[in-house]
Amino acid sequence: MPISRRDFVKLGAHAAFGGLLVYTLRGVVLPQSTPRVADAEGNSEYDQYRPEDHDWAFVIDTMKCIGCGRCARACKQENNVPWEPQLNRTWVERYSFTADGEVCVDSPAGGINGFADEPLPEEVRGKKITKSFFVPKLCNQCENTPCEQVCPVGATYKTADGIVLVNRDKCIGCRYCIQACPYGMRYLLPDERVADKCTWCYHRITKGRLPACVEACPVGARKFGDLRDPESAVSKILAERNTSVLKPEMGTNPRTRYLDLDGEVV
Amino acid sequence: MHGFVFPNEVEIQWSLLIVLYPFITGLVAGAFVVSSLYHVFNIKALKPVASFSLLMALSFMLVAPLPLLGHLGRPERGVLIFLTPHFTSAMAGFGYIWMFYLILLLTETWLVFRPDITHYARTTGGFKGLIYRTLTLGMTEMSEEDHRFREKMIKVLAAVGIPAAALLHGYVGFLFGAIKANPWWSTPLMPVIFLLSAIVSGIALLIVMYVVVMKLLGRPIDHVCISALGKWLLAFLVIDLTVEGLEILSMAYEAEESWDVVSQLIVQRIPVTYFGVQLLLGSLIPLVVLGAVAAQARREGAASTLIFAAAVLVIIGVFAMRWNVVIGGQMISKSMRGFTSYTPPLGGREGVLAASVLLMLPFYIFSVIVSLVPPWERPAIAEGELSPEPTEAVPAWEAADSRVRSSAWDWERQ
Repeated sequence: MPISRRDFVKLGAHAAFGGLLVYTLRGVVLPQSTPRVADAEGNSEYDQYRPEDHDWAFVIDTMKCIGCGRCARACKQENNVPWEPQLNRTWVERYSFTADGEVCVDSPAGGINGFADEPLPEEVRGKKITKSFFVPKLCNQCENTPCEQVCPVGATYKTADGIVLVNRDKCIGCRYCIQACPYGMRYLLPDERVADKCTWCYHRITKGRLPACVEACPVGARKFGDLRDPESAVSKILAERNTSVLKPEMGTNPRTRYLDLDGEVV
Repeated sequence: MHGFVFPNEVEIQWSLLIVLYPFITGLVAGAFVVSSLYHVFNIKALKPVASFSLLMALSFMLVAPLPLLGHLGRPERGVLIFLTPHFTSAMAGFGYIWMFYLILLLTETWLVFRPDITHYARTTGGFKGLIYRTLTLGMTEMSEEDHRFREKMIKVLAAVGIPAAALLHGYVGFLFGAIKANPWWSTPLMPVIFLLSAIVSGIALLIVMYVVVMKLLGRPIDHVCISALGKWLLAFLVIDLTVEGLEILSMAYEAEESWDVVSQLIVQRIPVTYFGVQLLLGSLIPLVVLGAVAAQARREGAASTLIFAAAVLVIIGVFAMRWNVVIGGQMISKSMRGFTSYTPPLGGREGVLAASVLLMLPFYIFSVIVSLVPPWERPAIAEGELSPEPTEAVPAWEAADSRVRSSAWDWERQ
């Protein structure tokens, strides 16, 4: 039975209608955007902050960190990061170098309890330690962003001020981003079943406050600021001091920079 | 856990279900290629499995997205991959590539079995008859012209299906190969390796399924066909092993920074599944067996049994390869200083039981489809109602095959 042109056009019309129907399903699956809260002058709280006017940067001074773990604890409280299972938006690593050239790294519970009472790992216990330091880790907010690149639905996105965020209402929990992050920064929230990561406390910095970890650090090992402001601490450090980034060979161009970073740190 | 792993790496993210995903799509690609070898390249010896393999490909294709969906943290949002795709992600293409290939497979299968469907629609009553009449899509008669068009379209679709199969599975390889953060995955060879191992596994499972189904039905096994499949399996296995070997060899020889952790992975963490199952049991032993059988050039029961055994090993080997890539890759900590471990749980959405059900499902679908259109019984074609088989000249080595065919059929009586 040959198909007439008329039938063919009809079939096409039905298919187009069906396609439209499926397309509108988006509205059902995606939650509606939350209404904006406006103040007395009619400015919504989102309008007061202009991402395009900022260029955030983070500098970590590894020589200042004392491994107290207050940053990691503050972050957990501020951002409701799960305590069990033990997940971290930011953590502290301890590097120990022995006289015979061994390098040992540990970060029990992400360093949230500090290292003061933490015995050295077994591999180096009793050996002569020649060098030791702490390395705080947090999201690098990469300019060339592997996690954003691989997100199949665009749930991960980069803001104009350079911060990489996750839209929890859109994430499908495929975990491709967790695989793609070279720094192990991402994790799946156990209850919501969506990806999560450090945001440099975006909810705070967009209101003119510091990230919780920076505020909690007692020794100023974590510095946060705006590169648009030439007088900011981060601008001055980047202009005057030697800094480096983690895994530069990945070509991710991180916004988090480290002062006095040992070559063994990854 | 061994050595230092980052705090968020306590458990691996892509579980057993993600091992199944490339394994199942690979079987689709492989089965389809065999079908096309007959329909496009007119390899006559493969005729007994030409439509059989198409149904096998379709059965596995229908199951392919299920492990992915089952693994999602939010399966109810899975449809967003279609609706709001983010095209810098390799994964965003999955829905479209799968859909395209499914339509192609369904169309080709329907065309191949159209004479059967038309025949059954006329001769079967009751509920089953209703199914056949539905499957005719209202076109209950086949004219000579319909028939010529059908032949041409099968050939076109089978030809288009080869690059499509390469795309479907090469793409799965790209999903892994494009992750620069993982030294065990990140190689441009990954799509090629995935594609070759896909073809290998598809041919192997086709051999196994064909032999088992024929035995179950008490039908004679076409040893010429098994012999030809064995040769194709051997050829693709050689290429597959060469490329896989090349990859690991260049990694070892160049010995970049990441080789340190990769070599620890294969030597200390996954030696049994990598050297034991993937390389020795699943590649080298079948290679020797298939090579010996091919060299003997015998096409009878014993040879077929050996090819069957080699095929079983190859399937196990390819499954081990998927495991070693997917799970092995995730064992490497991003700190490059340690390893996580993984033992699949028995129950749960991503456990061994769920995975077993998913692995059985294609066989169940296959049994349903073949109960409707058995590829080994083509009444419409046998009755001479139509002559849908390709009519091109037979290549010399194929002609030789058909000479021994008659003796091969006697094997059952020996």
